Amino acid sequence: MIDLENVKKSYATGVQALNGITLHIDKGEFVFIVGDSGSGKSTLIKLLLKELDPTSGTIKVNGMNLNKMKPRAIPKYRRKLGVVFQDFRLLKDRNVYENVAFAQRVIITPTKQIRKNVPRTLSLVGLAEKYKAFPKELSGGEQQRVALARALVNQPNILLADEPTGNLDPKNSKEIMRLLETINERGTTVVVVTHNQEIVDAMKKRVIAMHKGVIISDERKAGYIQHAD
Amino acid sequence: MFSLASIATMAACIFLFGIFFCVVENFQHMVREMEKSVAVTVFFNEDLSQEQIDDIGEQIRSRAEVSDVVFVSAEEAWDEYKEIYFEEAPHLAEGFEDDNPLANEAHYEIYLKNVESQDDLVTWLQSVEGIRRINESAQVADVLTNFNLLVGYISIAVILLLLCVSVFLISNTVTIGIAVRREEIAIMKLIGATNGFVKAPFVVEGVIIGIIGASIPLALLYFLYTRLVNFMGDKFNILTGLLQFLPVNEMFRILLPVGLALGVGIGFFGSFFTIRKHLRV
Repeated sequence: MIDLENVKKSYATGVQALNGITLHIDKGEFVFIVGDSGSGKSTLIKLLLKELDPTSGTIKVNGMNLNKMKPRAIPKYRRKLGVVFQDFRLLKDRNVYENVAFAQRVIITPTKQIRKNVPRTLSLVGLAEKYKAFPKELSGGEQQRVALARALVNQPNILLADEPTGNLDPKNSKEIMRLLETINERGTTVVVVTHNQEIVDAMKKRVIAMHKGVIISDERKAGYIQHAD
Repeated sequence: MFSLASIATMAACIFLFGIFFCVVENFQHMVREMEKSVAVTVFFNEDLSQEQIDDIGEQIRSRAEVSDVVFVSAEEAWDEYKEIYFEEAPHLAEGFEDDNPLANEAHYEIYLKNVESQDDLVTWLQSVEGIRRINESAQVADVLTNFNLLVGYISIAVILLLLCVSVFLISNTVTIGIAVRREEIAIMKLIGATNGFVKAPFVVEGVIIGIIGASIPLALLYFLYTRLVNFMGDKFNILTGLLQFLPVNEMFRILLPVGLALGVGIGFFGSFFTIRKHLRV
C-alpha cells in the first residue's frame, strides 16, 4: 500500500530532512510515526501527499509511483487519501455541515449524494447534532472530529494524521484515537505522526521511530521509542 | 470590497475607452463624408474628340480607387458658372450666349473611395494621353490623411494604456482574493480539487467584474451620447452640415459588442493568467 525505497529529501536551504528512508506499510495497518522536531516526520507526510518530491529514492502509494506522477494526476491521487492536521484547518466562515460537504463538492459529488454522505460521516465522528455550529463554537476535540469527518467523507483508503492530538487535552486526545481506531477497523490504513508518548504506549500499534531523517526503529505493538543521542 | 474597486476602475476605463471610441468613430465618419466631396478634376487637350474623352472616362472608371466619375461638358460648366457668378445679374452673361468662354473646360470630376490614394491616381493620370491639366486638392487630402493617421495612432496608444491598467487591476483583485483564500485553496488542493475547480471561481469572478464593469459605462455612454447628439442638433444646427454625428444606434452597433468583449476579455484573461501564476496548481 505504501512503499518507500531509500528516500532522501534535502531542502534548498541545505537541510537534509530525510536521509535514506525505506519503509513498507500494508493495507489496513495502523502505524505511528514518532520522533522529535526535525526528525523528518512532517516531510514524510508531505512526500506522501505529493506536496513535495523526494531528492532521490522511490515512493509508491496505492500502486502508483509518485516519482513518475504527472501534475495532472495529483488531484485524482489525493482523493484516495484523507488528511488531518494539528491545527484542524477548518473553514471558519462555514458551519460543520458545510466544512464536510466542501470535501465532497471539491470532487464534484452530486448534491443528493452529499446530503446522504455528510450526516452519515458526522454520525461516525459523533457530531450529527452539531452540524449547524461554526468552528469557533466548538471545542478543540470537536473541531478535530469535524476535520476527521472531512477527511473521511470521500472514503479514502489511507488516512494521514499529522499530530492530530497536538492541540488537545488527554481526554479529547483519547477520543480522537478511539475514532482513528474505529476508522482503521473499517478497513482504512491509518498513519499517525505524533509526539504523544502516552497515546502511543496505550494503543499498542506498530511504531516507526525517526531521528535526524532516518528510521531508528520499527516495531509492532510497541510503546513510544526514545532515541539515544 | 476589492471587487467593487475593480468594477469601478474597470468601468472608468471602459467609459474613457467609449468616449475615445465615439470621438474617433465620429471623426472618421466626418472625414469619410468630407472625402466624398474631395475630387480630382481633369481637363482634356483641345483637339480631343468626344470618343477619346469617353475612352479616358472608361479608363478612369476602371481604376480601383475611384468611387465615381462625373463628366461635365463645356455647356454644363458654363451654366454652373453663370448660376454661381451671374445669379444677381443674369443679363451680364447674355453677351456670351453664342461664345462659351469655357469652351475648352469640359472635364471629369473624379471622386475617390479613399483620399489617401489621390497621389497614386494623379501620377497615373499624368501618364494618360489627351489630358491637358489635372486639378487636385492636394492640401486637403494631405491634412485629412495625416489627421486620420494621427487620430489612429493616438487611439491605439490610449486604448493599449487603458487595457494595461484594467488587466493590472483585475490581476490585483485576483491576487488579493488568492491571499484571502489561501487556506481554503490549500485545503481544496489537499482534498484533491482539480486545477479547473480551484481556478473557476476566480475566473468567473473576473468575468462578472468585466460584464458589470462594461455594462455600467456603456449604459451611461448611451444616455450621454443620445443627449449630446440631440443637443448639438438643436443648438448648433448651423453646424450640422459640417458636424455629422453618427446616429446613436449605428454607434452602439459597434461600441456595445466591443465594450462588452473588452470587459469580459480583460476579466477572463486577467484572472486566468494571474491565478495560473500565483497558484501553480
